[in-house]
Amino acid sequence: MFDTLSDRLQEALGDVRSRGKLTEDDVNKAMRQVRLALLEADVNFKVVKEFTAAVRARALGAEVLESLNPGQQVVKIVSDELTQLMGGSGRDLVFARGGPTVILMAGLQGSGKTTACGKLARHLREEKSLDVAVAACDLQRPAAVDQLVKVGSQAGAAVYEQGTSRSPVDVAEWALGQAKADRRDVLIIDTAGRLHVDEALMSELSEVKKRTKPHNVLLVVDAMTGQDAVNVAEAFAGATAFDGAVLSKLDGDARGGAALSVKALTGKPILYASTGEKLDAFERFHPDRMAQRILGMGDVMTLIEKAESKMDERQAAELERKIKKNQFTLDDFLDQLKQVRSMGPLQGLLKMIPGVGQQLGGLQVDDRELDRLQAIITSMTPEERANPKIIDGSRRRRIARGSGTSVQAVSQLVKQFAQMQKMMRQLAKGQMPDLQGLAGGR
Amino acid sequence: MREWSELFVTGREAPAAEDGENGGDERKRGFFGRLRENMTKTRQALGAELQATMFERLDDEAFERLEEALIYADVGARTTASIVERLESEAGSGALETGEDLTRRLRELLAETATVDNDTIDLRHSPAVILVVGVNGTGKTTSIGKIAWHLQRELGLSVLLGAGDTFRAAAGEQLEVWAERAGCDIVRGAEGSDPASVVFDTVEAGVARGVDVVICDTAGRLHTQQHLMQELAKVRKVIERKIPDAPHETLLTIDATTGQNGLRQAMLFRDVTDVNGIVLTKLDGTAKGGIALAIARELRLPVKLIGIGEGIEDLRPFDPDDFASAILEDDPKDSAAMPDRSREA
Ligand SMILES: Nc1nc2c(ncn2[C@@H]2O[C@H](COP(=O)(O)OP(=O)(O)OP(=O)(O)O)[C@@H](O)[C@H]2O)c(=O)[nH]1
Ligand SMILES: Nc1nc2c(ncn2[C@@H]2O[C@H](COP(=O)(O)OP(=O)(O)O)[C@@H](O)[C@H]2O)c(=O)[nH]1
Ligand SMILES: [Mg+2]
Ligand SMILES: [Mg+2]
Repeated sequence: MFDTLSDRLQEALGDVRSRGKLTEDDVNKAMRQVRLALLEADVNFKVVKEFTAAVRARALGAEVLESLNPGQQVVKIVSDELTQLMGGSGRDLVFARGGPTVILMAGLQGSGKTTACGKLARHLREEKSLDVAVAACDLQRPAAVDQLVKVGSQAGAAVYEQGTSRSPVDVAEWALGQAKADRRDVLIIDTAGRLHVDEALMSELSEVKKRTKPHNVLLVVDAMTGQDAVNVAEAFAGATAFDGAVLSKLDGDARGGAALSVKALTGKPILYASTGEKLDAFERFHPDRMAQRILGMGDVMTLIEKAESKMDERQAAELERKIKKNQFTLDDFLDQLKQVRSMGPLQGLLKMIPGVGQQLGGLQVDDRELDRLQAIITSMTPEERANPKIIDGSRRRRIARGSGTSVQAVSQLVKQFAQMQKMMRQLAKGQMPDLQGLAGGR
Repeated sequence: MREWSELFVTGREAPAAEDGENGGDERKRGFFGRLRENMTKTRQALGAELQATMFERLDDEAFERLEEALIYADVGARTTASIVERLESEAGSGALETGEDLTRRLRELLAETATVDNDTIDLRHSPAVILVVGVNGTGKTTSIGKIAWHLQRELGLSVLLGAGDTFRAAAGEQLEVWAERAGCDIVRGAEGSDPASVVFDTVEAGVARGVDVVICDTAGRLHTQQHLMQELAKVRKVIERKIPDAPHETLLTIDATTGQNGLRQAMLFRDVTDVNGIVLTKLDGTAKGGIALAIARELRLPVKLIGIGEGIEDLRPFDPDDFASAILEDDPKDSAAMPDRSREA
């Protein structure tokens, strides 16, 4: 049900290879799959139509390259086009020369504005050593001011708040005065969530904008949003002419087609990705990676980069050698586990592997599970770690006892490890790994 | 429209207060005022009469428009395909002849799809325990405030809230405000404390105080976060330890703007927490919440309540027929039709 687009195209175009060229019929078959994949990823219907038309034109008559099979060929065209549509005309935050840079956050209820205020504040402090203040202008949601006070101080930002008795417009204006007086570098204004059809609240937002003259207006969009994303983006573009978007809750398994819809229909770039509830789960948005994710092709680039940043070159070369030679042992796995833990929450990492995000299914991936895995592996003898095939029933019982787990847990680890070795070999050979086994049968 | 007493099974007579008999003029005015407001809101959220002309003819174009409408409503490709195929075959066999037939039949099919067994909430326990779960920011806390208010007001039940979200900044304070608005008690724990123990304390207090209904909030979490999902399983166990067949109702909030991911949310929350109903929130926007149809069709989980605003009264029992009409309505919320949106401070 959540097959990757590549798999589907492989199936649809399985018999084309010999012909060397894609015929109209092939392309139609492929486009049906592309359309379905994009709709399942919540890309806007209209965008899907335009997009498939563009891809169709390019795919028609395209040579089937030697190095790629027809399915991969179409995937490549789709992915190129998508990357192009997703990216381009990138804009960064604009900073004021002298006086505070003002950033206004806007969006629907519950989209993640307040959290993003804290994250952005932290980000600007840490990456650019800026002195940041946040202003509590959501006077609508109960305890929203308390929330920002907490989030802001966690982020090490000054919090400007005046309770809930004045109007949000007044508080915003006052906060700007405060930020100037205190010589802050940046002022981030949190606002109440509002529906794009709520005229009164939308004009209130325009008013906040008029009075504070923000250098950047950011729309916070939930990655799980469906077809409505364009209505929202277009209405907010109308009322605030926002400059860019923050895509939130990307730590889940939503494909995030909303990102494409927003970009395609408003032309506004997505600037940041919010990937968790904690304040450090915030990064620059990578259009190319998003294109892969929408297609269900995983985020191999980010994964590789993350791994690279934590692993020195020698280690990496050694690991690669082992994987290629199929000498990757449970000891290496244990090392990897420890490294993975230092890279951040496991869930976030795993979902970057192609297909895994959608297919995690029965696979245990929470961080506590890692403790268990670690305990199991350390209860094995060096021999067992080097060659897990020798782990029979009685060894399993011993390991289970030693690690305080169950025989089933030990068996599962051994089985998963075997699958992982297989997957690594495929990856090393540059193939898309077969994740069916890992998915634990659904 | 469905009545509150049709949704909530209490085993008692609905309180007389509702018809305004033993209230004074003030109460009567309040009742009619609310009724009028409700009707505007419901029309808004659930769509006005569907124009019979949605499909003028029964041709390919009609089917294309039909498909488009369902996709735009977030019904999803698969559920859309199944509905379209069914209508095409009915048209093929001559059962549908005009565009009007098609409209009527489509609406019937949508309502049928949205209708799932066990769509009531049984409160015949003392106390009945309701657990509310869902993804971040979908409207759990707000819905709890609204449910508490309606249970007291419409059905005369006493309610106790439990602030089981000990994670998000100021979540406890937020629920506290709702408890105040709804006029009911709340049990809170410290931020960062164990949610299971707050929930346990709440249920225990509910039993000791002899309240009718206990409603527990939980922190928002993504269905993919296994350790947090396990935390919910633990919360359930703790409740069950106090009252063996509780929680009696586990409601999952789904934001109407959610796309196809909603199906995954419902599936994984159901697997871990035995969800038995959906609260479909934020239907007051332009999003149609069509993912609820896919959830109903594929997981047999009924929508029980809908959220249609941020105010305490903005909650309604779900009605499949109204919902079906709303999905087909073209663009219902032209801004001129927005009512005065004064909300409580
Ligand atoms: N327009 C509209 N807004 C709603 C509705 N229900 C909730 N909201 C708003 O959505 C936002 C999130 O609601 P909450 O009740 O805090 O959601 P939650 O699921 O408890 O959120 P977390 O605990 O942070 O995960 C708030 O701004 C609410 O006012 C609704 O039916 N319509
Ligand atoms: N998992 C996850 N949760 C998030 C993310 N951003 C915000 N949240 C959560 O979503 C909910 C709503 O966020 P909040 O910042 O209060 O939204 P606001 O109503 O737009 O201000 C809260 O429970 C946050 O903790 C994210 O990137 N990932
Ligand atoms: Mg907020
Ligand atoms: Mg909450």
